[in-house]
Amino acid sequence: MTASGSGLTIAVASGKGGTGKTTISTNLALVLAQQGKSVQLLDCDVEEPNCHIFLKPQIHSSKPVNVFFPRVIEDKCTGCGVCGEVCEYSAIVVVKEKVLVFPELCHGCGGCTLFCPEEALEEIERPVGIIEKGSVSGIQFIQGLLDIGELMSPAVISSVKKAVDSSDIIIIDSPPGTSCPVIESVKDADFILLVTEPTPFGLNDLKLAVGMVRELGKPFAVAINRSGIGDDEVKRYCHDEDIDVILEIPDDIRIAQAYSRGEMIVDVLQEYKGLFKQCLESILNQKAQGLDELQERQ
Amino acid sequence: MNCRRDSDRIMKEIVIISGKGGTGKTSIVASLATLAGKNVLADCDVDAADLHLVLEPKVQSRNDFSGGKKARIIKEECTACGECIDVCRFEAIHYPQTAGRTDSETPRVNPTFCEGCGVCVRVCPAEAIAFEDAVNGQWFISDTRYGPMVHARLGIAQGNSGKLVSLIRDEARKIAERDDLDYIIVDGSPGIGCPVISSITGSDLVVVVTEPTLSGQHDLERVAELTGHFQIPTVICINKWDLNPEITSQIEQRAKAMGILSAGRIRYDPAVTKAQIMKSSVVEYTGGAISEDISSVWRNIIYALG
Repeated sequence: MTASGSGLTIAVASGKGGTGKTTISTNLALVLAQQGKSVQLLDCDVEEPNCHIFLKPQIHSSKPVNVFFPRVIEDKCTGCGVCGEVCEYSAIVVVKEKVLVFPELCHGCGGCTLFCPEEALEEIERPVGIIEKGSVSGIQFIQGLLDIGELMSPAVISSVKKAVDSSDIIIIDSPPGTSCPVIESVKDADFILLVTEPTPFGLNDLKLAVGMVRELGKPFAVAINRSGIGDDEVKRYCHDEDIDVILEIPDDIRIAQAYSRGEMIVDVLQEYKGLFKQCLESILNQKAQGLDELQERQ
Repeated sequence: MNCRRDSDRIMKEIVIISGKGGTGKTSIVASLATLAGKNVLADCDVDAADLHLVLEPKVQSRNDFSGGKKARIIKEECTACGECIDVCRFEAIHYPQTAGRTDSETPRVNPTFCEGCGVCVRVCPAEAIAFEDAVNGQWFISDTRYGPMVHARLGIAQGNSGKLVSLIRDEARKIAERDDLDYIIVDGSPGIGCPVISSITGSDLVVVVTEPTLSGQHDLERVAELTGHFQIPTVICINKWDLNPEITSQIEQRAKAMGILSAGRIRYDPAVTKAQIMKSSVVEYTGGAISEDISSVWRNIIYALG
């Protein structure tokens, strides 16, 4: 998943939740598949994955996502306490020469195991979620699901990305926000589409997301959903910052209703298909002109 | 993790979350703050905080937040042996990617990917890696027209939001105790992961704001499982319920089967966006029917708190 070669990875992200990432990801993927492209859609919103609601894929396989955590080999442990000193996350502590492990706090850095002078720790795996692979309408589909009560969504996201096969285009539906899970989702993408809505909350969170993608040094553009509901501040900001707006979906009650029922816009409201096609053309044109140049400008 | 506090105290902590993003949490929190009277507000959606846009807090104190340490290679000491690169599980250390580079160049730590585990620091034979507290953001105690507010700004592309959420809740609790306030109203983040778990553990009531869509229904089920897992009393509130009355009923029935009662329905009203633009809460902005909906939700929340 790099800019080299013919493939293209597009991540759809947003600072604010509920702006339409899933709507845009699924509709872009379907339009690409209908154009005969080989396309994979990755649902990296592993806390609340929703692409499957709209695409209804056949799931062919599923496998657990495991993370490492340490286990004490009791007859080797001397209770020296080195592991507890090494751990920055308080996931392993030594109380009265007894080692206690808190797996849900463990980041899997391997430090305790590496530095134990008695080799009294071993790393074992525990599941924190699953990934599922399937297909629908010519789209190869992969999604991750974080187990309830688990913290390590980036581990599940990383597994989703590792499950990809070669294809022309990969579309990543990211979680909302700007912190670890989002960065894990978008960090290998060639291009990021930031979705927002024209409201004060939408603008505030767009600015945070723009800060994030600039920090990562990724070329990007903006999509405005529910265009018309609020004010013109998002457009003014994009204009002032020289950011391209490559998709504008109007505020249309029929879109909201189709969404509520889990229907695809390009299936039930075909007049909007052209918008998604144009958005893809903009991204592909950018790629032809060189994404590096775009990133330089931004 | 699930540490409940004294049951005889009067102060109650109410956390508004949603599973799915964009269901209207922050707009509802701003209105509840208007209705609640004596309270302290905590914006725990530290990834994308928006409550300040409505409540216009006047910052009284400003503090740095450090979520942990970050490794930094000291060029003068580094022998470029590459051991740090080999041990880093987070792929955060690389040789500079310049054309014609040689492996004798100093590797670099990408602070965005560094998880602050310190393994490289301990492994480095030249002791060439510094390990310092990173400033990941700032947190604030402010005054608003509805009482004190604790909020934060996480730095760009910074992690460890769970720790920041815990800090904000702790500070809000201290203020509530000091000023003898009745309610802590917490604006949570979407999802079911680290910041959400930090927002809800040990609180008195979780209010899940959802919307009548299949996505909203799916996400509610996962978030309800989460609050069940931590045994926190939970109610739901369906926002924009009239967009799809049929799914609204389905969600309420499904929630009831999971032991979760409804705190009420809030109708769709373009006034929500207008209020946001005017920097007002919805109940400040309009005396319309939607404000009665929200008032009713607030009364049901008080009732659910017992």
